[in-house]
This record gives sequence, structure tokens and C-alpha cells, in this order.
Amino acid sequence: MNINDIVSTGKKATRDGFGEGLHEAGKRNDQVVALCADLLGSLKMEAFIEDFPDRFVQMGIAEANMMGVAAGLATAGKIPFTGTFANFSTGRVYDQIRQSIAYSGKNVKICASHAGLTLGEDGATHQILEDIGMMRMLPGMTVICPIDANQTKNAVLALLDHEGPAYLRFGRPDWPVFTGADEPFVIGKAQILGSGTDVSIMATGLMVWNAVEAAKELEAQGISCDVISIPTIKPLDEAAIVASLARTGCVVTVEEHQINGGLGDAVAHVAAKNTACPMEFVAVKDSFGESGKPMDLLKKYGLDVPDIVNAALKVIKRK
Amino acid sequence: MREKVKDINELKKIASQVRRDVLHMVFNASSGHPGGSLGCADFMTALYFRVMTQKDEFHMDAKDEDVFIMSNGHISPVLYSVLARKGYFPIEELSTFRKLNSRLQGHPTTHEGLPGIRTATGSLGQGFSVGVGMAVAKKMDKDPGFVFVSTGDGELQEGQIWEAAMFAPFHKLDNLIVTVDWNGQQIDGSNDHVLSLGDLEGKWRSFGWRVVVTDGNDMESIVGALENAKKHVGTEIPTVILMRTNMGYGVDYMMGTHAWHGKAPNKEQLDKGLLQLGTADNDFVFDENYSAPIPKH
Repeated sequence: MNINDIVSTGKKATRDGFGEGLHEAGKRNDQVVALCADLLGSLKMEAFIEDFPDRFVQMGIAEANMMGVAAGLATAGKIPFTGTFANFSTGRVYDQIRQSIAYSGKNVKICASHAGLTLGEDGATHQILEDIGMMRMLPGMTVICPIDANQTKNAVLALLDHEGPAYLRFGRPDWPVFTGADEPFVIGKAQILGSGTDVSIMATGLMVWNAVEAAKELEAQGISCDVISIPTIKPLDEAAIVASLARTGCVVTVEEHQINGGLGDAVAHVAAKNTACPMEFVAVKDSFGESGKPMDLLKKYGLDVPDIVNAALKVIKRK
Repeated sequence: MREKVKDINELKKIASQVRRDVLHMVFNASSGHPGGSLGCADFMTALYFRVMTQKDEFHMDAKDEDVFIMSNGHISPVLYSVLARKGYFPIEELSTFRKLNSRLQGHPTTHEGLPGIRTATGSLGQGFSVGVGMAVAKKMDKDPGFVFVSTGDGELQEGQIWEAAMFAPFHKLDNLIVTVDWNGQQIDGSNDHVLSLGDLEGKWRSFGWRVVVTDGNDMESIVGALENAKKHVGTEIPTVILMRTNMGYGVDYMMGTHAWHGKAPNKEQLDKGLLQLGTADNDFVFDENYSAPIPKH
């Protein structure tokens, strides 16, 4: 596998992929119910609502109630997908998710848009960077952070066939599309996008594209990169991580999330248990975000392509 | 379908037995919430033995039957007692309440697979929303079953309650019947001392509910209020029953005080309480070695 074979076929927001996936899920299973807390346009739910108005529940700006109602619908055998921003899907309703959904073992799909810095101008109040950590701490919770619009759609369809509570994290901006339109999503599987021997680069969500770009630059400098896409953060594909670390002996993790609690922590845990090795973490360094354009924010907070390149060069030196 | 008890005196006897169970359980566990459990024994007996239509087998999805969610999960002893007495699980299992490896957790949960429980509750304000969700599902499926939800009065201080209270009338959930255990007490004192509920009837009415106030410790009144609420299906208006109850009802030293909200009696207090609660023909015998199988999860 050569990283230079990974090319973008255009740009599309992952939330658009969610809207398409939800619509398709509604067609495939008449038990699918969509709930939204006054953000149906932002979540791209219009197509579902148009075709299945009786299976859409407008909750108003009441996310705690939305999580509980979703749990009740699941209890009655429905397959509820909740939709709101990631901030209001997690931190705002953590105890509702913990007790009514996770501990109660309900088949609720918590679908969260506008995650991370790339939400942009709305600023830190809305730019949640702690959600992966919160969700992966919950016993039994599946946590998925797809890497492009196509994969977001296919992850929705995979969740349709998956029984149990799940958190699906996606974002606002238009973003390069580089997975296949009908590439089935396998929950719990990481993917090797390019294999190499000098450094592993493991990324999740939108940052996988930045990791790909960084790897291309590194390869141009003669550095061999093992690029692993990890859209499922829980359950984590430990075997793929261990195998990659065996090939390279060092790793950079990349995520649009706090340095605490996210993919970096999860990979470090696997490394510590199996093959301890030098690690660098490309993530937000324990700070809140701010208003600005997505690309400017990624640059300022150290999530840009050069940041990944530098982290890779640094971690190789530490081997 | 499970049998319904018509006779009011018979229901009163069952309620006394339930109260005895509550005292035994809380004493055996040396912890738990006897006050609210005793106060709700009449309501819970009426609901499970007379009002609710329940299938013989427990099904999580509750299709074509009535369902109950105890949002005020801390009064779990009274729920466990009526479920056991109704045959959902062996009465002997009440011995395991709050013990290690028990399906009868301090607060109700689905996690250990106890028949009769459909959601975990305990963190207040949440069970109401879950019940609302089940009522929505029943409407979608044109299911004739009702959803009953109980809440505490102090629980109404939770914001989520009012999110759900705003939602249910807007969505015409006339298959939803909420009861409030209006004993006026909570952990740190009376409602009025801690955070007054103000005009409780007016609050619910302004949110669009049909409001009924009843004596929650009078069997005839509570049966009447619950059965009458069911008759309002078709009105597109949900019903809330504000039950005037007495915390600790039936055991004189536990009544009229918040002191017994979450405290277990000692042996002497237990015996004194049992003496006040009628005959003891059917008391379960506490067996510290009884352990029900825990399903794998």
C-alpha cells in the first residue's frame, strides 16, 4: 500500500454523509426513528424527515429529555438516532447517557455533528474537544469518529446493524473525500492506508486526511510511514496497533481532541501493555479553542500538516 | 395477562404486606429508603395489583401492555416488593436487596437483568423522559398500552423534569400517566425549606397537563384516580396525579418527618414497625445465603 495512492475525489462535509446514511437507514428499517434538538438543518436530516415524517421527533432545545426519550424508544424496540452538536450530545447530557443509555444498555445511536475546532467561528463554547474521552470511558459504549463523508454514511449503516449504545462523532466543514462510496464500514477495525517502517502515524476523524498529507511529505523526504486510520476508538483495534508498532517502533497520534482522554491515550495504553515505544501526540494541548476559520484554527492549535511532519521527525529521533 | 385484584380490602392487605417487606428489606440491608417506600405502598399496590394490564411473561419492549417506570428510583424497596409479590421473581430474592451479587441493586437497574425493570433510575429526573419515550413509541405503533411514571416531589427540582413536562402535552401523549409522591419532604428537610415547589398544580396545568390531586394513602382514592386517568385516553392530554402522601405511612415513628428518607431501622424499631402493620402470615424469611443467579451481560 502506497500513501501516494490515497487521493481525494472532492470535498464534502461528514455531516452530509450522516444525513445520507440516516436516510438510507430509514429506508432499510422501519424501526429507525430520528430525534433532533432544533438543529435538523445542521445535521442534514431533511431527507429522512421528508420521507419518514412519522418517524421523526422534534425535541426542541432539550437535550437531556432527548436522551431519555431515545432510551425509552429503544426500550420499546425502536432504533433511535439522536442528532445535535457534539457538545450538546455529550458533556451537556453525560449523566443521562450514563444512566439511561449506557448503564441501561439501550440501543441508542448518539449522532454528534460540529465536533472539534473545525466547527470554526462559533468558538470554544461549541467546540467540544473532550467528547471522545467522555464517551470511551463509558462501559459498553461504541465510539466511532469517521474519516470522511462516505465513511460517515457507511458507519451509520454499520450502526444500524449493531445492537448497543454508540457515539458517532462527525463535523461541520467540507473535507476531502477519499474512501469509497459503498465501502462497508466494519466497527472495531483500523485500516492501513500506507505501510512503512520508520514511523507509525495513527489518526482518527478529519485528522486522517492531514495524516495522509503529512505522510506524503515525509515519504518525499525518504521517510517510510505506516499510516493507520482508526475510525473506531472503542472497541479499539489493538492488533492493528501492535502490528504497526512492531513495524516502526515509534508512533505519532493525531486527533481533533484534547491531548487527554482521546485516541492518543488509547494508543498509549496499548503501547504500554505491549511494545512501549516513543510517542508524540498531535492534539489540542489542554486548552480551549476560539473563534476563527477551521484551517486557521488547526494551524494555531497545532493540528496542521507541518505539525504532524515535525512530530514524526521528533519521534523518530527518540527511537 | 396477570390477574387483577378488584376488592379494595384485599388491596389494603397486600399493601400492608408490601410495607412489611419494605421494613424487612431495609433492616436486612442496613440501608435503603423506607420513608418514601412506605408512603408509596398504597399507590404501588393499586398500580400493580389492580390498574396495570401486565403480560404473564416479562418482555422488555412491553408491547400491548401497560408499563411502569419509577423515576424516583431510591424507593426501590417498594418496587421490588410488588414485583416479587406479583410473581416477577421469587419472593425469597428480596433477601438479597443491596447485597453483593444481587439483581436487587440499591437503585433499580436493567444491568443485572431483573424481570420487571426496564431502565436504570436513581439519578433523578431521568426516568420520566424514558417513560415519555415509551409513550411516543406506543403512539407510533398504535399500541393500546399505558405508560405510568412515578416521580418524587423533590425530584421536580430537576430541570429535565420540565423538559419532559413541556414535551408530553405538545405531543398529545394521553397514554402517559405521571404520579408525584407529594409528601413534602426531601433529604435536607421539607420542600418548602429546601426549595419550594410553589404552585405545583398551577405549574403542571400551565404546562398543559390534566392535574388531579388525590390522597395517595387512601386505597379507594388512588385506585379511582388511576383508573379514571386511563379513561382520558383520546383527549390528547396527559394526566399528572399529585398524590398527597405521608412519608413513612403505616409506621408511626417514621411519619411526618424527613428523618427516615434514607435510614434503616434497628431491630427494636423493626419489630415496633411490624407490630403496626397487621398480620405476618406471608413475610419472607430472610436468608443471608440466598443468591439468585445473575445473568451474564
